[in-house]
Amino acid sequence: MAEVLLSAKGLTKRFGGLAAVDNVSIDLWRDRIHVVIGPNGAGKSTLTNLLSGDLPPTAGAILLGEHDITKASPEQISRRGLGRSYQKTNIFPPFTVWENVRLAAQSRAAQQPWNPLRWMRAADTERSVNERAERALELAGLTERRDTVAGAASHGEQRQLEIAMTLATDPQVLLLDEPLAGMGVAEAERMVKLLLRLKPQHAMMLVEHDIDAIFTLADHLTVMVNGAVIASGEPQAIRNDLGVQAAYLGEDH
Amino acid sequence: MSAPKANLEALPRSVQIVLALGLVALVVFPFVGSDFYAQMVTRMMILAIFAMSLDLLQGVTGLVSLGHAAYFGLAGYALAFVTPQDGAVSLWWTLPLALLGSAAAALVIGFFVVRTKGIYFIMVTMAFAQMIYYLFFGNKVLGGSDGLYLYFKPDAGLFDLENTRVFYFFTLACLLLTYAFLRRLLWSPFGRALAGIRVNEHRMRAVGFGTFGYKLAAFTLAGALAGLAGYLWAAQTGFVNPELMGFHQSAHAIMMVILGGMGNFAGAIVGAFAFEWLLHEFKGLPSLGEFNLGKHWQLWMGLFIVLLVSFAPRGLLGLLQRRHKAGAGHG
Repeated sequence: MAEVLLSAKGLTKRFGGLAAVDNVSIDLWRDRIHVVIGPNGAGKSTLTNLLSGDLPPTAGAILLGEHDITKASPEQISRRGLGRSYQKTNIFPPFTVWENVRLAAQSRAAQQPWNPLRWMRAADTERSVNERAERALELAGLTERRDTVAGAASHGEQRQLEIAMTLATDPQVLLLDEPLAGMGVAEAERMVKLLLRLKPQHAMMLVEHDIDAIFTLADHLTVMVNGAVIASGEPQAIRNDLGVQAAYLGEDH
Repeated sequence: MSAPKANLEALPRSVQIVLALGLVALVVFPFVGSDFYAQMVTRMMILAIFAMSLDLLQGVTGLVSLGHAAYFGLAGYALAFVTPQDGAVSLWWTLPLALLGSAAAALVIGFFVVRTKGIYFIMVTMAFAQMIYYLFFGNKVLGGSDGLYLYFKPDAGLFDLENTRVFYFFTLACLLLTYAFLRRLLWSPFGRALAGIRVNEHRMRAVGFGTFGYKLAAFTLAGALAGLAGYLWAAQTGFVNPELMGFHQSAHAIMMVILGGMGNFAGAIVGAFAFEWLLHEFKGLPSLGEFNLGKHWQLWMGLFIVLLVSFAPRGLLGLLQRRHKAGAGHG
């Protein structure tokens, strides 16, 4: 049995009377990709936001390793080793691609905002930070675009940058919210390759719509509808499940 | 260096040349200008330090404080309180004391205000500053609405600050040190994190930055540097009153930063000089029949800033860069 890095039990998020996420339990294992699918509004992004601390859950508990992160802030969760990317590109548009990734990597340097000596050294000269940023840039295939202003990069490149920034924080657990959204065929293929390459060291949760990618990548598939999990298990078993086909696969495709 | 182009953080050559020329002019000025004008330029330099301290919040971190004058005034009052009626007090312990006082006030107030965002941050910083303003305004012990006089400038030992020219060069040295310090800070990991907070605080937290601590550190540091300016102001004018901490003083600093160009500290200096010079000019306007143009200087200043922001949203320095670019295009 693979190692469980993240385990959420009975997660619920209510907005007023609406349960956007309704009693969802999910485990993420190292060396496995857990894909979450479901129609629009099923609560996939809300689930991601609960796990990353962007939203506080109404009920339920989340364990990251042995730490209870249910009430932790996004920065605490990030520092415990969870990295996430966003469905809507969430970057620093006026900075260069390099500075975006370097800044993310900097968050893992010894943080001493009160230490005046650290105020006086150029940020670019921190070698361990630069190395981590270079590695993330290379993994995401952006090394040649490092001096491009991020806001002027293509959509696909900005999606890659999302991943690079996440990787620059050296996460154990990766939550990727539609990393393939809006990508061309070649770009998507490269992203799928990257995710497979990252798989052995990471526990991954992927929210995705692209059917081909889902069945290429998924080791475990969870189907959500109206905030609740209607099926969870081996991808092939789910594929043959008539209920799921009716609820999702049939309608959408 | 992989310089982000935002906010003219990396100063183009044309701006650097203008700054160097400005420095030469500042060094030569006391030897050619009268004492009256030397004192006026001293005040401009003090306000430039004040504007730079605000720029750390406003231009770099994206926190628009409408109460920054509180920390300017508090340091001035600190000097006034410790200066006896019959003699000078040493610069070497009163200056650190005043800076610490302003920093402590900024740390305590910052603890509450940096939790808020946008319009709420503006309102809360103003509310705290108004509280301090009325505390001093209404208390006879603190000088009341009339303020306090300082009969002696601080005693520096090595040099005589009572001498107009010496005070001028001491202020210039403070200006240069503050500028050099803040420019270094801008490119340090701390400065890059503050810029990241301005652009996208949400993402900063998602990659693991405790942005509250960074914003509080910036707020405290900005308060301390505003205190440096306030201390110099009190020493130079020999007088403090609640207006130093008032709403207008805070608003003027914001206008200086916008006028010069935000987020690079050079713009704050240029903005402070331009603002004070324009103020001087507008106040000196003649009467047109019944209508006293000079009395309505705020109208002309307002119009000027509206025009400038419409045509040069990046301030006077941004204007310089645009011309620089156009020139390069033609060549």
